[in-house]
Amino acid sequence: MRITALVIRILRQIVRDKRTMGLLIFAPILVLTMLHLVFNGNDYTPKIGFVHIPEPIVDQIDVSDAKITEYKNEKEAKEDLSSQEIDGYLVFNNQSPAIFLEGSDPTVNGAAIKWIQTALKPLQGNDTALEPKVNFLHGSAEMGQFDYFGPVLLGFFVFFFVFLIAGVSFLRERTTGTLERLLSTPLRKWEIVTGYVLGFGIFTMIQATIIAAYAIYVLDMLMEGAFLYVLLIILLLSFTALTLGILLSSFANNELQMIQFIPIVVVPQIFFSGLFNLETISEWLSWIGPFTPLYYAADALRDVMVRGYGWDEIYRDVFVLLGFSILFMIINILALKKYRKI
Amino acid sequence: METTKACVSIRHVSKQFGKQQVLKEISLEIMEGEIFGLLGPSGAGKTTLVKQLAGLDTPTSGENFLLQEKMPSLKLIEKVGYMAQSDALYGELSAKENLQFFSALYGLKGKQQQQRIEEVMKLVHLSDHLHKLVSNYSGGMKRRLSLAIALLHEPEILILDEPTVGIDPVLRKSIWEAFNELKNKGTTLIVTTHVMDEAEKCDRLGMIRDGRLIAVGTPEELKQKTNSATIEAAFLVYGGA
Repeated sequence: MRITALVIRILRQIVRDKRTMGLLIFAPILVLTMLHLVFNGNDYTPKIGFVHIPEPIVDQIDVSDAKITEYKNEKEAKEDLSSQEIDGYLVFNNQSPAIFLEGSDPTVNGAAIKWIQTALKPLQGNDTALEPKVNFLHGSAEMGQFDYFGPVLLGFFVFFFVFLIAGVSFLRERTTGTLERLLSTPLRKWEIVTGYVLGFGIFTMIQATIIAAYAIYVLDMLMEGAFLYVLLIILLLSFTALTLGILLSSFANNELQMIQFIPIVVVPQIFFSGLFNLETISEWLSWIGPFTPLYYAADALRDVMVRGYGWDEIYRDVFVLLGFSILFMIINILALKKYRKI
Repeated sequence: METTKACVSIRHVSKQFGKQQVLKEISLEIMEGEIFGLLGPSGAGKTTLVKQLAGLDTPTSGENFLLQEKMPSLKLIEKVGYMAQSDALYGELSAKENLQFFSALYGLKGKQQQQRIEEVMKLVHLSDHLHKLVSNYSGGMKRRLSLAIALLHEPEILILDEPTVGIDPVLRKSIWEAFNELKNKGTTLIVTTHVMDEAEKCDRLGMIRDGRLIAVGTPEELKQKTNSATIEAAFLVYGGA
């Protein structure tokens, strides 16, 4: 009953504040669209070097859609590769082809490998030995691309906006004195926290559905698994964002100080979310990952969206996220003791 | 006083924030059905004291009893109406939505809720502005809406922290009429103020300065004892000026 009152009030406030509602729904859509356009723009034309490739083979290769440079020996090609004159080069060692890639830009890697593989197809015919071996100068195997980091970004934007808005709205509750007013009523402390989680939870459900549906069906983000799992993960992630936002708002005195938490609490989570290769993070920093909610959400979202996995693969992440939310909720209830002892 | 039953009993209450002592050994009895004024300059500790009575704070030492029960207690909180110094209202919502929200917290619903909302808004002369957004309210209107919210659940004890700040004299008069009406119904009112002429309207007064209760009595008694013509002069005598 009292929780219902709180939930209705929160929903009314959100609906009244059109701009904030717009921020929650359209800002992620706008950013995702822009990323989609940036990363899935025109196909990149790879710059490929041929190192001492026999004339008959070159004749068979379709050299359109790529800029070809021919080299007399591998040393020259390597120099051009280092100075990024070419993206990669093809060389035949003992009749088997090998690709050497510059490797720092995943989009470029993908394009170069794809082109070489297509180009070598007519040669392959019945000879499987012609399957090229891929080597990198920098970086590692294929990473990035909208499909691959899309799920992470989806989770991140929901986390970011819910964190900020829930934190600010609870902060306002405190600074305008309405929190004190609430605590002078018979409302229990756990009811306040639960009311907030449910009120924002309902709204986040709508927000997550719209954003995820837009990303998957309009932007054509890769989606191998079940939509409901995506929603479940995003909802649980937003619960952690919500409860963490409320918790941190008690350490902020105004909206600006709430925004100061973004570079400290929100942005670093990106680094451990798998947007960058986790194995390449230096060891003295990588232990942070398992303490950030986005780490689990991104893993689960990727399992569902990219790998098409189901419950068996994501349940651990789901329970960790749930654990984070419950932990933050309990700390919140304890923190409210500062304002009323009982 | 016709009634002699103590409704609020403050016993040897002291409060410390870090090194700063805000309340020093306050003992005070407030009777049922009276309007008790807490008079003192800002920073004297009035708000700290009434917050404790509303269950929002606890004393460092000493005890507060309301209706013979020790504060803080969730059961007691339902019997207390509290109006804070700041207007704790949701600006994005209309007055009615604010009232609906707070009345639901006290378990009022349906017809009863609607009826109470109409009654309290009439009492503070805001019936015509029920559907307006609170962000469009003037300062005085917000003050009155805060008062209306504190009255919603018909509390036995009403604690009002500076209820008439920023309200013009005509309205102030009508608000005091409402206070007297509530008092006649048996409600106990505790009002803090730093306005001396407002203090005259209380049944009894407690004068607070630097966290100490320096005098208690009816306005007449306080003036007679100090041979002063005004409450302000009496305050100066008790304050040691």
